[in-house]
Amino acid sequence: MDSSDVAVRFDGVSRLFGEVRAVDRVSFSVTDGEFFAMLGPSGSGKTTCLRLVAGFEHPTEGRIFLSGKDVSDVPPYERNVNTVFQDYALFPHMSVQENVEYPLMIRKLPAAERRRRAGEMLELVRLPGFGARKPAQLSGGQRQRVALARALIGQPRVLLLDEPLGALDLKLREEMQVELKAIQRQLGITFIYVTHDQGEALSMSDRVAVFNHGRVEQLGTPAEIYDHPRTAFVAGFVGISNLLPAAVAERIGAGSRSFSIRPERIHMAAPTEPAAEGRCSADGTIRSVLYYGAQTRYLVGLDAGSELTVVTQNSDASGLRAAWSAGERVRLVWLRASERPIEEGVET
Amino acid sequence: MPFERRRHRGKPEGGTRPGLALRLAALGGILFLHLPLLFIVLYAFSAEDKSFVFPPPALTTRWFAVALEREDVRAALLLSLQVASVATVLALFLGTMAAAAVWRSSFFGREAISLLVILPIALPGIITGIALRSALNLGGLPFSFWTIVIGHATFCIVVVYNNALARLRRTSPSLIEASMDLGANGFQTFRHVIFPQLATALLAGGMLAFALSFDEVIVTTFTAGQQATLPIWMLNELVRPRQRPVTNVVAVFVIAITLVPILLAFYLTRHGQDAAGSGR
Repeated sequence: MDSSDVAVRFDGVSRLFGEVRAVDRVSFSVTDGEFFAMLGPSGSGKTTCLRLVAGFEHPTEGRIFLSGKDVSDVPPYERNVNTVFQDYALFPHMSVQENVEYPLMIRKLPAAERRRRAGEMLELVRLPGFGARKPAQLSGGQRQRVALARALIGQPRVLLLDEPLGALDLKLREEMQVELKAIQRQLGITFIYVTHDQGEALSMSDRVAVFNHGRVEQLGTPAEIYDHPRTAFVAGFVGISNLLPAAVAERIGAGSRSFSIRPERIHMAAPTEPAAEGRCSADGTIRSVLYYGAQTRYLVGLDAGSELTVVTQNSDASGLRAAWSAGERVRLVWLRASERPIEEGVET
Repeated sequence: MPFERRRHRGKPEGGTRPGLALRLAALGGILFLHLPLLFIVLYAFSAEDKSFVFPPPALTTRWFAVALEREDVRAALLLSLQVASVATVLALFLGTMAAAAVWRSSFFGREAISLLVILPIALPGIITGIALRSALNLGGLPFSFWTIVIGHATFCIVVVYNNALARLRRTSPSLIEASMDLGANGFQTFRHVIFPQLATALLAGGMLAFALSFDEVIVTTFTAGQQATLPIWMLNELVRPRQRPVTNVVAVFVIAITLVPILLAFYLTRHGQDAAGSGR
């Protein structure tokens, strides 16, 4: 890869807190203009990685490069990177206008230009006319937008977002997802987005890095991560986990490797359904039924041991047919091609 | 109408109106604390200068003029103002630094240092005084204006430190990171973000420190040489009175000079609570 279009590069980076390896020998590159998500449970090292890019933390081992330049020992205020904080971190004694102008005020730009650019930024985040208010007078979603405007006004090469939507309610979160994505496309800035919400990561990103125990378990496009999870952890953390151990796979005649399969790839049929070429089937009993409106989720206990989740779309127009109910015998059928072998030895 | 008003005021607090006994007890407590002050003010206007007789035979403002004429009063007042000012400035500087250190970093012995900073206000003044006197003697330092300042700074630092630390603890640490992230170096971050957060707390702490220093007696007696601060002068005056009401006039000065900053400090910190915010 040509180094000119790499915005951020981690080269064998570790960050130790005492004995704890918060980030453990991580290497990856983020391409210029990319929407890059770092996904993982809390304590997986994703936020520490973000803080390493921002410069609030420095690597114990390895190097970090921004646009090809080694910044491992550069302080935050000399990096062309800005952050949207989880708690927004708006300065409470300043008005919205002063908050947004802050980076330009520090750079001693003339007042007229500051005012003009802050106005443009507030326009961009759809808060025109809010300049005179204090942060305490804004709602959570509005503070979020002010934090975004303040982080973008300095025209950073990379924008870091630390669980920016975590404190918002569901509706607002979905709106902001669409808006963030639109702003990123409009400005062409690299976004690095930390989240523990797999839905956010999949829907917004160009690529996703799945973190676990301080390491990147898998890095790829959302489709790759969802459809070809390489490890049991990724299969389980992203989407619904359907993991069949090797012993069970062997009993149902599906080879001798453990594999994962997505619940919507499984067809649920009556126990009399004949087996077909290229398909695999397993008999079981429905243990529970969860109705979600658009979908129904079944938990099926296999006779061979283990359980599988099956999701069916309730799209049938004549779908008033009595759905499967708990306790019924069913045959689960799927294409052999839908099975995703899981790498051995990396299970967690 | 008065009835309506009363109900309206009482309800939101969720409490009931205090009973008669409780109100009498509160009144008694307030009188016990403040009646002596009223007598001091009253006798500053008394025409009788040999002894305190009640009621004063006549009232006059002549003692104010006399007090301001007297060289020893003016010298003591000036010294007290100077000592209090310098001790306050010193305390503002050192107290803020100590608070920032205890807030931002965790190091071995942090809690111990925190306790040591607060100790002088808990220790009896006589201990601080004797300790300082011995230390100054050991160091061979002559007693002077500066030894009084050092003595006062020991307890002035505490109020500044406590005020600054309380405010810092209500300040989100991510404000500092945000400022650095947006291009401000350490000094700019202090000037534009931390200091505005601290300003009212420091003003309040400084005023309390000033008031504490201004009427301090015990530590001063141990650390002063020939100089007499205003409280020391008053103490001497009570033993060998020349013009009794003059002492009362000076006491009125002390009340005025200490009361105003304390009231202001109270007012500032009360409103500072909403202003400091959580950074959100």
